[in-house]
Amino acid sequence: MSNVFATQVGALATRGITRTMRQPAMWVPPLVFPTALMLVNSGGLESATHLPGFPTDSFLAFALAVPFIQGALFATMNAGTELARDVQIGFLNRLQLTPMRGSALLAGQLGGVVLYGVVQAIFYLAVGFVVGVDFAAGPLGLVVLLLFSIVVSLGFGALGAGLALRTGSGEAVQGMFPLLFVFLFISSMNMPRNLIEQDWFRGFATINPVSYLIECVRSLIIVGWDAEALALGFGVAGLIAVFSLVFSSFALRKRLTRT
Amino acid sequence: MERPNSIEVEALAREFKDIIAVAGIDLYVEPGEIYGFLGPNGAGKSTTVHMLTTLLPPSSGTARVGGYDVVREGPKVRTAIGAALQEAALDPLLTGRDHLRLQSTLQGLPRNERKARAQELLERVGLTGAADRKVRTYSGGMKRRLDLALALVHRPRIVFLDEPTTGLDPQSRAALWDEVARLRREDGVTVFLTTQYLEEADVLADRVGIIDHGRIVAEGTPAYLKAEIGRPSLHAIPASEDDRVRLATFLTRYGPPLDAAKNVAVWLEDGYGLADVVRGLDQEGIELADIELRAPTLDDVFFAKTGRSLEGAADEDAAENGQAAERARA
Amino acid sequence: MTIWHVAEGVAWRTLKNVFTNVSLFLPSLIFPLFFFTAFAGGLSAVDRVPGFDYPPGYTAFQFCFVLLQSAAFGGVFTGFGIARDFEYAFAKRLLIASPNRSGIILGYAIAALVRWTVTATMLTTVALIVGMDVIGGPVDVVGLYTLALLVNVAALLWASGIAMRFRSIQAGPMMQMPVFLVLFFAPVYVPLSLLTGWIEVVAHANPLTALLETARGFVAGDPPHVLLAFGVAIGLGLAFALWAFRGLRSAEAAG
Repeated sequence: MSNVFATQVGALATRGITRTMRQPAMWVPPLVFPTALMLVNSGGLESATHLPGFPTDSFLAFALAVPFIQGALFATMNAGTELARDVQIGFLNRLQLTPMRGSALLAGQLGGVVLYGVVQAIFYLAVGFVVGVDFAAGPLGLVVLLLFSIVVSLGFGALGAGLALRTGSGEAVQGMFPLLFVFLFISSMNMPRNLIEQDWFRGFATINPVSYLIECVRSLIIVGWDAEALALGFGVAGLIAVFSLVFSSFALRKRLTRT
Repeated sequence: MERPNSIEVEALAREFKDIIAVAGIDLYVEPGEIYGFLGPNGAGKSTTVHMLTTLLPPSSGTARVGGYDVVREGPKVRTAIGAALQEAALDPLLTGRDHLRLQSTLQGLPRNERKARAQELLERVGLTGAADRKVRTYSGGMKRRLDLALALVHRPRIVFLDEPTTGLDPQSRAALWDEVARLRREDGVTVFLTTQYLEEADVLADRVGIIDHGRIVAEGTPAYLKAEIGRPSLHAIPASEDDRVRLATFLTRYGPPLDAAKNVAVWLEDGYGLADVVRGLDQEGIELADIELRAPTLDDVFFAKTGRSLEGAADEDAAENGQAAERARA
Repeated sequence: MTIWHVAEGVAWRTLKNVFTNVSLFLPSLIFPLFFFTAFAGGLSAVDRVPGFDYPPGYTAFQFCFVLLQSAAFGGVFTGFGIARDFEYAFAKRLLIASPNRSGIILGYAIAALVRWTVTATMLTTVALIVGMDVIGGPVDVVGLYTLALLVNVAALLWASGIAMRFRSIQAGPMMQMPVFLVLFFAPVYVPLSLLTGWIEVVAHANPLTALLETARGFVAGDPPHVLLAFGVAIGLGLAFALWAFRGLRSAEAAG
């Protein structure tokens, strides 16, 4: 039985990866755009490192954490949109007529997203090394970072899949983008929380889970081993993953109308 | 124990909010038969197919496909059937061969059989040349053929084809008809075919069920159904438009009028023939541009049962369904 | 029918589409507001960076950037609409019906301007409500919005040239990316004097830098290189006008 499940997951994940590779417009922007934004922001805000209390003297090191999360958001939207399209064009019906298990559909989809998340993480790390960022947590920290990327990709990927299955609409999934944008920008993305002067902004950034995801990655890059940041980051990522998986499972159950 | 490849339906019904899509139908499809399910858009054909292929649970009634109950034994039904649904539902970024590989994997074909089975099906539907091209480059006919191949991957005993030739050119349509006929002839597959094309049902189907507004209004072999109507229809075009009303009034002597678009037409009553009508027209001095005697068609059967022709019904139902869908969404 | 009749028809239809479709209208209203909030709100500590000397304050500093950004993207969003018109063949209807086809571009430009005016009004209102300080006088304010208007027109002409050549929504990134890069390779977060490294070199060469600095200068009541800024804006407008009209000829030739 588990062999059949693994085969089904493999087939669906292969299909997902094949589709992604055949659409450069899907996999290039999540790699390039966050990197470009990081480089631009770093250039523009380098002088901010002179502020008293700024945790590093390299804004590039400070900003390197952002693409890991931003890239995950992009990839999530793309994956969710593709799954919604499968619902819209009836491809999901085709799959439902096979012995495919519903959980295999979700697992295959998420497998592809997680794999791409790892590729992204490696890409951003490579960019970081090329531009001269020192990775404070060392080689073990790199492993932890990759593990973290997997959890984040899983969480956001399941969220995108859940929305796609729930709504069956690519437009609805895309409509989530502005909301994710808000969560990304109103965070500690560009400034440490303790240096954000506006009370309302700092308050939102403090309750914003994305801040803790960014700070977890950032701590590995500029601090090394910060137990609190790691615990909060993994905790938040884990909660998001659990919530998203439950949500997407319910959405899947509702969407698969077959008897 | 080998289960029969038949389809048995009893009082099957399906409702969506305030729309009754299928209002309780009974039908039986013999093993190895091609059953044509004919009706205009919105009649309930696709909803019926979705229920029989386990994609939609019925609101009430029962159905057994391949000997399995569609509600309680869904997975077993799915192993016995193949389906090519109304939407071709193909992934534009995968090639034909990719699709067959995916389908055969999901259907559980042994790994060492998949490649050969894919090649066999590609040859069967005439897609070997296009097998490694992405589906988005395929024509409509090619997509339908691939769809059919995918439905046959696991050698099902029963195949559902939901409007398989809609939108195809005559050549592609004829090619698909040949393949469907071959399925039954060589493989003994039971085929449940929905269509809005009279000719398709007439040519392909052993028996036809005509559905309108969710109910089966007629069922039988095409010949039987047409014979039920019995009488032919007479169609005439006046030489002068001024004579149209006079012609229409005159022809009612020979039978009740028939709604026939540009023509003036009546059902010919028993005892009257073409010669009688021509003599009468001559005596009245009504000149004609054309006159034709037509044997009953399935459209005539539909008209006799519903008071509308199939074409007109399609337009009406499209409008009705549009309104109903809006209400359902609201 | 003169060019103005054609322009009026095209502008009316474009604006009706935008203002009656929430999915078209809302993003161009909300995104500038959002960027303003994120930059002015989240980065306000930057005005404590040694060497940062801008009398009206960081809110006004960012307002100027977001105003120009909204003008530029307002033009690009209208360009998306043009591409959509061509993709769905509606543009053929316009080409057939218009005796003077230059009026089509003029109509789209008018629509982009009106659309941006709504955005700019909202943005300005919010900025004033949150306490943005404006030191410049009425002439400076007129100068600021005129500069932004020119940016809007230039961006629209750029985008329409792309739209008419490619005649597909897929050309969207081609319209958007260069504008995005030009915007963000300017002194977005700190003045030019505080930029270092590669970004400083790029910002110096970037034509938008002069516009941005002058815009900020208008708000501060002391605009530097006004002639240069307007020269660049008008020059870009003229260059992209040629680009757009050549694009129109290309679309006509394609049938």
